[in-house]
Amino acid sequence: MTGFLQNAFNGLVSGAFYALLALGLAVIFGMLRVVNFAHGAFYMLGAFGAYVLLSEAGVPFWAALVIMPLGLALLGMALERAFIHRLTRLDPLYNFLLTFGLTLILQDLVKLRYGVQSSPYETPSALSGSVDFGLFDFPTYRVFILGFAVAVCVGVWWALTRTRVGMVVRASTERPELTRAFGINVGRWVTPVFGFGIGLAGLAGVLAAPMRAVNPLMGADLIIVVFAVVVIGGLGSIFGSVAAGFGIGLVQAWGEAYLSAFPIVSQTIVFIVMAAVLLWRPAGLFGREEAPA
Amino acid sequence: MTSTVDTKADASRPAVPSGLVTVARAPGWVRYALLAVALVVALWLPNGLYPAVAVDILCWALFAVAVDLLLGFTGLMSFGHAAFWGASAYVTGLVAIHAGLPFPVAVLAGALAAAVLAVPIGYLAVKRTGIYFAMVTLAFAQMVYYVANEWRSVTQGENGLQGVPRELFGLDLSDDYYFYYAILPIVLLGLAGAWRVVHSPFGRVLVGIRDNPARARALGYPVHRYKLTVFVLSGFIAGLGGGLFAVGHRFVSLEVLHWTTSGKAVIVVVLGGIGTLWGGVLGAGIVVRLEDWLSFSGFEAIGLVTGGIFVLVVLLFRRGIWGTASALALRWWTSRRK
Repeated sequence: MTGFLQNAFNGLVSGAFYALLALGLAVIFGMLRVVNFAHGAFYMLGAFGAYVLLSEAGVPFWAALVIMPLGLALLGMALERAFIHRLTRLDPLYNFLLTFGLTLILQDLVKLRYGVQSSPYETPSALSGSVDFGLFDFPTYRVFILGFAVAVCVGVWWALTRTRVGMVVRASTERPELTRAFGINVGRWVTPVFGFGIGLAGLAGVLAAPMRAVNPLMGADLIIVVFAVVVIGGLGSIFGSVAAGFGIGLVQAWGEAYLSAFPIVSQTIVFIVMAAVLLWRPAGLFGREEAPA
Repeated sequence: MTSTVDTKADASRPAVPSGLVTVARAPGWVRYALLAVALVVALWLPNGLYPAVAVDILCWALFAVAVDLLLGFTGLMSFGHAAFWGASAYVTGLVAIHAGLPFPVAVLAGALAAAVLAVPIGYLAVKRTGIYFAMVTLAFAQMVYYVANEWRSVTQGENGLQGVPRELFGLDLSDDYYFYYAILPIVLLGLAGAWRVVHSPFGRVLVGIRDNPARARALGYPVHRYKLTVFVLSGFIAGLGGGLFAVGHRFVSLEVLHWTTSGKAVIVVVLGGIGTLWGGVLGAGIVVRLEDWLSFSGFEAIGLVTGGIFVLVVLLFRRGIWGTASALALRWWTSRRK
């Protein structure tokens, strides 16, 4: 029982990263119809930025947690204006290809400057140690990540449902044509929303820095799992992306714990779940089937 | 069940630029002249380049044409074709190492294995279109990558398969120069097969599905079955290339299954020209040559260059080299005849 709960906790922690990344992908997709391949690269930049800030300027974790998401959001907005904006009227595949190209460039720029070795990042002292929950204790830092990510998701949810901008985002994510038909200027929110989504990826990156190996390729394999997560959740659904993020984290942790005798299964369980979901509900668990054109 | 339409954009905009030349409209003698030039270049290639690079170009030409069958002629962008290229490389390597058969047999076994793998992946992937199709194929390819990584007793994990033999009835093919000519007929056969598919009634239906899936369905074509069939065919051709690549390098590493390999295949096609077949071959020549030159010059950030090419082509040059050239030539030809 203790082991089961411990695995569940660890699963939720990795699920928190999936959820943050999938959430950003979902709002970006909703507003821009862009599947941002570079999302993993921005996650990596968040972690690397935190590392560079600490090692070269002595900027602590807490400051990086604010600076990196904001800085990356600005960078994201600049990239949106410079590149992605130009492809708005074309097939979404072109933006997928464009952001793939950007991923290769961003990865290699970091690789050229810092090499491929992992860089160490110390857990902030206030969050070292562990929290005792009676039956078991968890590393404080992981408890913090989980709480923080849940708070961010709840906050985003609150903003999406209670603020005007949020309603525009939600409406244009779920019914883009209808939203435009109501005379709402969707175009005005495109760039800020892209920046926001990138900021979320950067935030996840900073959170990951003390826990995961900081290296130029850390976002590359993660983003493909996140793609599987959004296919499972339904890319058109913001709630679905977050729910699937946490859910897949759990499934993966339990898979690794209880199917460790079958490493091939436990390593690919996300994709097995994705295959099952595609068989059963091709639009994803929370996605809506649209009428065929 | 009808296929789901993911976004308005997917349904209304085909994956390739409109007005693209997909079936050659050039006069017959131009096509024969082009074919003759291409054959001469193919025969001369290992004399002008390092033979090893020439071998890679042939393998990648097959890979690109396989991807273009889906992307250019069916409107499906597979971002997971490394799964078929790599699976075939592994199966070819294993067959060649353990059975000691002539390499064409091993390559055929690899390509068949790739086609078999393409059945379930394609069956699931064609349930989605557009950007989802790309994500689903990418995810399944990553699954294949993990399987190869974990199944160390067979694949040797990160060490890769070493010492893939180049056996062909005792012929000495250890020199890349002779090996090039040994595989050229197989590659030409594969390319001719792809050409045959595109120019058949089946290929016309594919283009119809690409341009207007709803109409194709209304006309009674089983759209999913057509997509699955071309997906498996494409997996087979990509597998041919991957198998030859394995024998060519006498070594199979996990890299053949990595997602950047899938991405590179798409770059090659987009650079050469989506939906043109010739473009894939040309793109393969340029990208392989460029990468060889870059790695030879000691430049380490090849991704910087390939990524940069990608960004520029997508932004400025969406028809690719062959697409642009043939559109210009066609315009010149038609204006001259008026």
